[in-house]
Amino acid sequence: MLTKRIVPCLDVRNRKVTKGVKFQNNIDLGDPIEMAVAYSDGGADELVFYDITASAERRPIDIDMVKEIGKVVHIPFAVGGGIENLDDMYRVLLAGAEKVSVNSLAVRNPNVIAEGARIFGAQCIVLGMDPVKVDDHTKYPSGYEITTRGFRERTGMDALEWAKRAQDLGAGEIVVNSVDADGTRAGFELTLTKLISTSVGVPVVASGGAGTPQHLIDVFKLAHADAGIVASMTHTGDYTIAGIKKELDAAGVPVRKKW
Amino acid sequence: MIAIVDYKAGNLTSVKLALEYLGVACEITRDPDVIRGAERVIFPGDGAAAAAMEHLNELGLLAPLKDVVAKGTPTLGICLGTQVICDWSDEDGGVPCMGLLPGKVKKFIAPDPLCKIPQMGWNTMKFARKHPLFDGIEDDSEFYFIHSYYPVPESRDLVMGETQYADATFASAVGKGNLFATQFHPERSGRVGVRLVENFTKWNGQC
Repeated sequence: MLTKRIVPCLDVRNRKVTKGVKFQNNIDLGDPIEMAVAYSDGGADELVFYDITASAERRPIDIDMVKEIGKVVHIPFAVGGGIENLDDMYRVLLAGAEKVSVNSLAVRNPNVIAEGARIFGAQCIVLGMDPVKVDDHTKYPSGYEITTRGFRERTGMDALEWAKRAQDLGAGEIVVNSVDADGTRAGFELTLTKLISTSVGVPVVASGGAGTPQHLIDVFKLAHADAGIVASMTHTGDYTIAGIKKELDAAGVPVRKKW
Repeated sequence: MIAIVDYKAGNLTSVKLALEYLGVACEITRDPDVIRGAERVIFPGDGAAAAAMEHLNELGLLAPLKDVVAKGTPTLGICLGTQVICDWSDEDGGVPCMGLLPGKVKKFIAPDPLCKIPQMGWNTMKFARKHPLFDGIEDDSEFYFIHSYYPVPESRDLVMGETQYADATFASAVGKGNLFATQFHPERSGRVGVRLVENFTKWNGQC
């Protein structure tokens, strides 16, 4: 049976893994390569690296870091942040990443999803989105608006419409990263995650808000996510991937148990 | 030396990295002579069947690949590589493929809206028979998959391992003599996958 994936997300700034709350007040937590190895050996199913300041600083992604990660981990990993064009996508994939995640770029130029899928295959093009809850349900039927560049810019786009459009363009996976829940450790954004995961045919990854194993159980059972991102709760050592999986297994969520 | 066939079809670096981790000499190449002269050949790939066949044709790689399989060189197909060695793929409206493994390639049909296509993630493989590439690997081990299509070999004898997803119990590992191929990505399937790659680097092509 296909298992639900637990995916640690490493936000990287100046070669340090960092974590903030709602995209602000970041503190450094460790070396990305060392943490990648520890997660890979510790039962993580996949890894995601975001070069979080690349996009805001308008500089290219740290390709040397991607190469180093590729050498030391034997599980799939995705890279995002600062992808500006198809050449950047190619460099990231060539460096050893399985997937490349586009977010701000796709909003500016949606066609990059289609082009990337055509050239590299839909399976390696991930659409990352940073939706924020809004009150205007006329303009935003889903109740969520897409933001970009680390919540610095609003787009006027409805989250569900964007997810469907990205799928139609060829995105192979969609990461729903709730701005409201990010770093709060108060649980995933279940409403929007469920809305998107039941409306698109490609896998949906829930991101933002994981604080306890129960939050993951909820996002898999109630919101039908295919994968769940963890960050603060495991980066700090409060929980291990193995421990989380034990609780998921006991709750009847299929997980990979041997690694 | 292991030749990793480059036909503009993704995932080559992760294969190379896995071999380098094992300390095995390898080269990413599209040179027919290098492929013909290699001790072993890995035929990987991500993407779509039609483009893959076009690239193989343009690059003049169809004949060298057929040659190495015919002369007994241990050859490992991965993911899209495993699909295009079949006779036919239903992808892209139907594509005649290489015909190195009798069979065709079909698409998953989602039995319900919550079953996502592509299959993306870790799933178990049940051994259909013994094979040297399974040495040291437990039955029902988990491997990493990303795919919407799967191989359907003509004969049960060609099925080495099976996996269940969507509407199918499909051949996640297939083999014929010196040719072995997996629908999953062993190079990204953790310790178990690395073991399968390592077994391949030591395999003489006999079953």
